[in-house]
Amino acid sequence: MIKTDILIIGAGPTGLFAVFEAGLLKLKCHLIDALAQPGGQCSEIYPKKPIYDIPGFPEILAGDLVDNLMEQIKPFEPGFTFGERAETIEKLEDGSFIVTTSKGTKHHAPVVVIAGGLGSFEPRKPPIANIQQYEDNGVAYIIRDPEIYRDKRVVIAGGGDSALDWSIYLAEIASEVSLVHRRKDFRGALDSVEKVEKLSKEGKVKLITESEVTDLKGEGKLESVVISHRDKASEKEIKGTDYFIPLFGLSPKLGPIADWGLEIEKNAIKVDNTYDYQTNIPGIYAIGDVNTYPGKLKLILCGFHEAAIMCQSAYQRIFPDKKYVMKYTTVSGINGFDGSKKEAKREIVKSIN
Amino acid sequence: MSDINITIIDRKGEAHRVAAPTDMNMNLMEVIRSFELASEGTIGICGGMAMCASCQCYMLNYEHLLPEKSYEEEDMLDQAFFVQDNSRLSCQIPIKEELEGLEVKIAPVTP
Repeated sequence: MIKTDILIIGAGPTGLFAVFEAGLLKLKCHLIDALAQPGGQCSEIYPKKPIYDIPGFPEILAGDLVDNLMEQIKPFEPGFTFGERAETIEKLEDGSFIVTTSKGTKHHAPVVVIAGGLGSFEPRKPPIANIQQYEDNGVAYIIRDPEIYRDKRVVIAGGGDSALDWSIYLAEIASEVSLVHRRKDFRGALDSVEKVEKLSKEGKVKLITESEVTDLKGEGKLESVVISHRDKASEKEIKGTDYFIPLFGLSPKLGPIADWGLEIEKNAIKVDNTYDYQTNIPGIYAIGDVNTYPGKLKLILCGFHEAAIMCQSAYQRIFPDKKYVMKYTTVSGINGFDGSKKEAKREIVKSIN
Repeated sequence: MSDINITIIDRKGEAHRVAAPTDMNMNLMEVIRSFELASEGTIGICGGMAMCASCQCYMLNYEHLLPEKSYEEEDMLDQAFFVQDNSRLSCQIPIKEELEGLEVKIAPVTP
């Protein structure tokens, strides 16, 4: 069981900055994120895009903003659970919470802060009517252990980097690899495209372009995929296979948080913006793009503001009897949990005789 | 003063005729959102950077008047579902006077 003061769901810019604000109040944070790295959308969708509305930064790349935030919060030693999605929440008698992830990791904290942005990033599932019944029975959206495909027939769909890279990798392992793509062009790294082309000429990867997998067949488990060829709408090819792996990138979904009993409006969590961004469940806060209130703006800078306000309320919840006076970092500096200390250089007073 | 009329068919098939301003630097995705013709969180997820395909629309007329697709837009449409020859990302369509009478249909949500 991971124990912390504030459990933050979502390691995007808002969640990361909350660690800093909490740290100034000597509160420890732990973050859960479904992605494998910090930064949320900034890392996953647009790391190379410049942002122009971060106060004090006329221009900063989204990826650099994340790096800077990680540097800023380092003294406060946040814990991370990456690659796992927050699944369930349980309120204990003492008012604290246990949050369990998709992999069963348990986190215990008196305060839970949802900074989940658009939700957790899930693989995009192609719109094939019966695909759900074959999930884990031949259909996989993520390749966890490539060894299970050894000496098996695999059909991969998609035209991006992951479809190309896995086709290359599995060509050595699987007995047969087919790559189905809607177009003739592949938009992955040139190097990977050339490699797949070479493997295709050698007969190690079967390229099926201008085509789509439109149906799945099999009793109990996947036995074949139905491939529709473009411009030949009537012509369908039934291809025997053991596995079908559609790789169409990730898209964000609010996911299980939607079932936590929180008030939801327009796909976002309603919070009290007149005070502390708390949700309808006391002890659970929502900050950043995931929340909504009258006049809400989905801007990183608004998430930062909400993080600071939320931490004051969280402090009062954790220490109801303590009085806290906000201190400026220019006055008190930063006292890291790692023993590091940052503060303004003192002027040396020396009299001149 | 400089509004144009656009017909937008929502995901339920209902047609809406809306007046879109040409002087506010808006794109088609933002028009759809401002009239709440698709539920929040299912359109314009990336904010209009051509980095998701949630604002995909079918252009029912005026295709020749629309700006060329950028590399990013082609790339996203490549990975999207329900793509047709007249598919565009509506965030890449600026509202301009010559689009008076434009008709579009919002593509289904990806499951």
